[in-house]
Amino acid sequence: MTETTMVQAINMALARAMAEDDRVLVLGEDVGIDGGVFRATDGLIKRFGADRVRDTPLSEAGIGGIAVGLAVAGFKPVAEIQFTGFIYPVIDQIINHATRFRTRTRGHATCPMIVRAPCGGGIHAPEHHSESPEAMFAHIPGLRVIIPSSPRRAYGLLLAAIRGDDPVVFMEPARLYRSTREQMTDDGEALPVDRCFVLHEGRDVTLVAWGAMVPEALKTASAWEAKGVSAEVIDVATLKPLDSETIVNSVRKTGRCIVVHEAPLTGGFGGEIVARVVEGAFTSLLAPIERVTGFDTVMPLPRLEEFYLPNVSRIGSAVDRAMAYS
Amino acid sequence: METDRIAARFEVPDTRYLDPTGRLVRPLPAGSQGKATLLALYSAMVRARSFDAKAGSLQRTGRLGTYASSLGQEAVAVGTASAMRQDDIFIPSFREHGAQLWRGATPVELLLYWGGDERGNVFANTPFDFPNCVPVGSQVPHAAGVALAIQLRKEPRAVVCCLGDGATSKGDVYEAMNFAGVWKLPVIFVICNNQWAISVPLHRQTATQTLAQKSIAAGIPGEQVDGNDVIAVRAVVGAALEQARTGQGAHVIEAMTYRLGDHTTSDDASRYRDDADVTQHWQAEPIKRLHQYLTDAGLWSRSDEDALLHQINAEIDAAAEAYLAVPRPDPSTIFDFTYAELPADLLAQKHAALDGASSLPEREAAE
Repeated sequence: MTETTMVQAINMALARAMAEDDRVLVLGEDVGIDGGVFRATDGLIKRFGADRVRDTPLSEAGIGGIAVGLAVAGFKPVAEIQFTGFIYPVIDQIINHATRFRTRTRGHATCPMIVRAPCGGGIHAPEHHSESPEAMFAHIPGLRVIIPSSPRRAYGLLLAAIRGDDPVVFMEPARLYRSTREQMTDDGEALPVDRCFVLHEGRDVTLVAWGAMVPEALKTASAWEAKGVSAEVIDVATLKPLDSETIVNSVRKTGRCIVVHEAPLTGGFGGEIVARVVEGAFTSLLAPIERVTGFDTVMPLPRLEEFYLPNVSRIGSAVDRAMAYS
Repeated sequence: METDRIAARFEVPDTRYLDPTGRLVRPLPAGSQGKATLLALYSAMVRARSFDAKAGSLQRTGRLGTYASSLGQEAVAVGTASAMRQDDIFIPSFREHGAQLWRGATPVELLLYWGGDERGNVFANTPFDFPNCVPVGSQVPHAAGVALAIQLRKEPRAVVCCLGDGATSKGDVYEAMNFAGVWKLPVIFVICNNQWAISVPLHRQTATQTLAQKSIAAGIPGEQVDGNDVIAVRAVVGAALEQARTGQGAHVIEAMTYRLGDHTTSDDASRYRDDADVTQHWQAEPIKRLHQYLTDAGLWSRSDEDALLHQINAEIDAAAEAYLAVPRPDPSTIFDFTYAELPADLLAQKHAALDGASSLPEREAAE
């Protein structure tokens, strides 16, 4: 067991996946000698060579299309897009091709590729470096959308994603890359990519979050525990396909639900969670379901990003409002 | 302003063997000297045209979906495919029926696709070829990816990707060419320049003298070929493939042709182009040209022609009947291949759709 950051855990998962399967290769901008701008691919080129750890031209649409070609031709490409703000040129390849090969050939061709990208705010980054576009991806049939919230889950989910046979967008909250450490070993154990994780059990209210909002929800749960409120915290982890059963069962128990995400409110994935809870736990609800999210604004630059990002105070206020219903 | 030197110079060669009147302008290339080869090329073009005609008539009578005819462009498709080996990989746009048929896709498979059935995307005889690609140009980076896979596995194969003149305005196409240049990939990009992207003529598509020269910016050779001369297309693509298979990298080949038909069966080209222009291009069309050459060379007679048409039309008619007899796919198949394994969430939708069940979780639906 070693103290491991999320970025180290991702590096470990990539190395293990490459060691266990020759078809896995890593490509992207600066992923080779530089080890990626966040060092997620650090050292891989030394261990696996420049053929399997490929620095690409600065060409996001091309990287997406190359990955599709590689995947259909039998490889398992893991493409890194430097920031989610630059992932939009890849969406065409994901929507129109990667996610459709299996179904449009009725299973004869498959496209098992991973697109990894750091996401979210809180690292005082320049413009376009702090985006949370997960809802756009979660709307795409045939895609798995995964967002880890801890080193151990990043490791297990990424391994599962690479070992699987579906196209995956794997969004890594940049503010969690180095902010927390977990005791873990490189044990090769994958985590399920079709389940939510109940991280903290509670009786009174269910907090549903993913990515960098999970630690905020956990902090809120422990702070409000002292006030006598018992909050259950669920890490959605895999947004698509969604494990609504775990969420619905929790709300049937607690009767209250707060959904937390960093992305803007309107059309955010929180809306989908709310719909599932209403469909599945309508008769158990004791309070309106509330969403604590970023705003329908452009993600502000660093001087105002703290104002934009949901935090313990905003989540706690929502908990108080929900608890006012009895 | 005076300059110190010319930093770089480039040339775009152009190749033709048969002129529009069917006269050889230079000796036949090595790969097309035999009678059998010439007749195979001719038959394949006639077959592609017959397929187009049948597909068009099926569409007009409500038995096929929107269809994109390759009328006039048969030499690009057939010449290209004939230069390939069976284990090379073909990545089409959506107007290369002649190439798909040459490579072994069956008319039934092609009709199934255009008739709205995903099973038409599976080619039993060429399982590694890609299905058609409707979003223009987005298949071109796939070709670079497949070529990289071939290069990594050190296989003596190559990829041929067809794209249209309109596609060359797209960023994906340049990005793919750039990858192919940097990594010296075994891929040939065949631009089927039919002069029209729906209603937009070439001079409104680009200000470049040629589309082939777009390769120059990617550091790979580009050349033009008379796309209505099947012998020239076969020769030029064949030479490029030989280089690609032996580690010498990619090529861009611009095949000059003309879209004699509408963009698709949903289009009416008379809205935007003169009939006179079309009539003029009928003079240069590829089948007539090779027919003239074969006749003049004493290799082809009226009775040969009649026999060929009879045989091909019978085959295509039978294929149309076979296509129409294929039962509609089971609706459950739209769910079953979305993921490697059907997720619980989608399984619930499948049950709801097929059994008329509520998609609500059980307890809530009951109350």
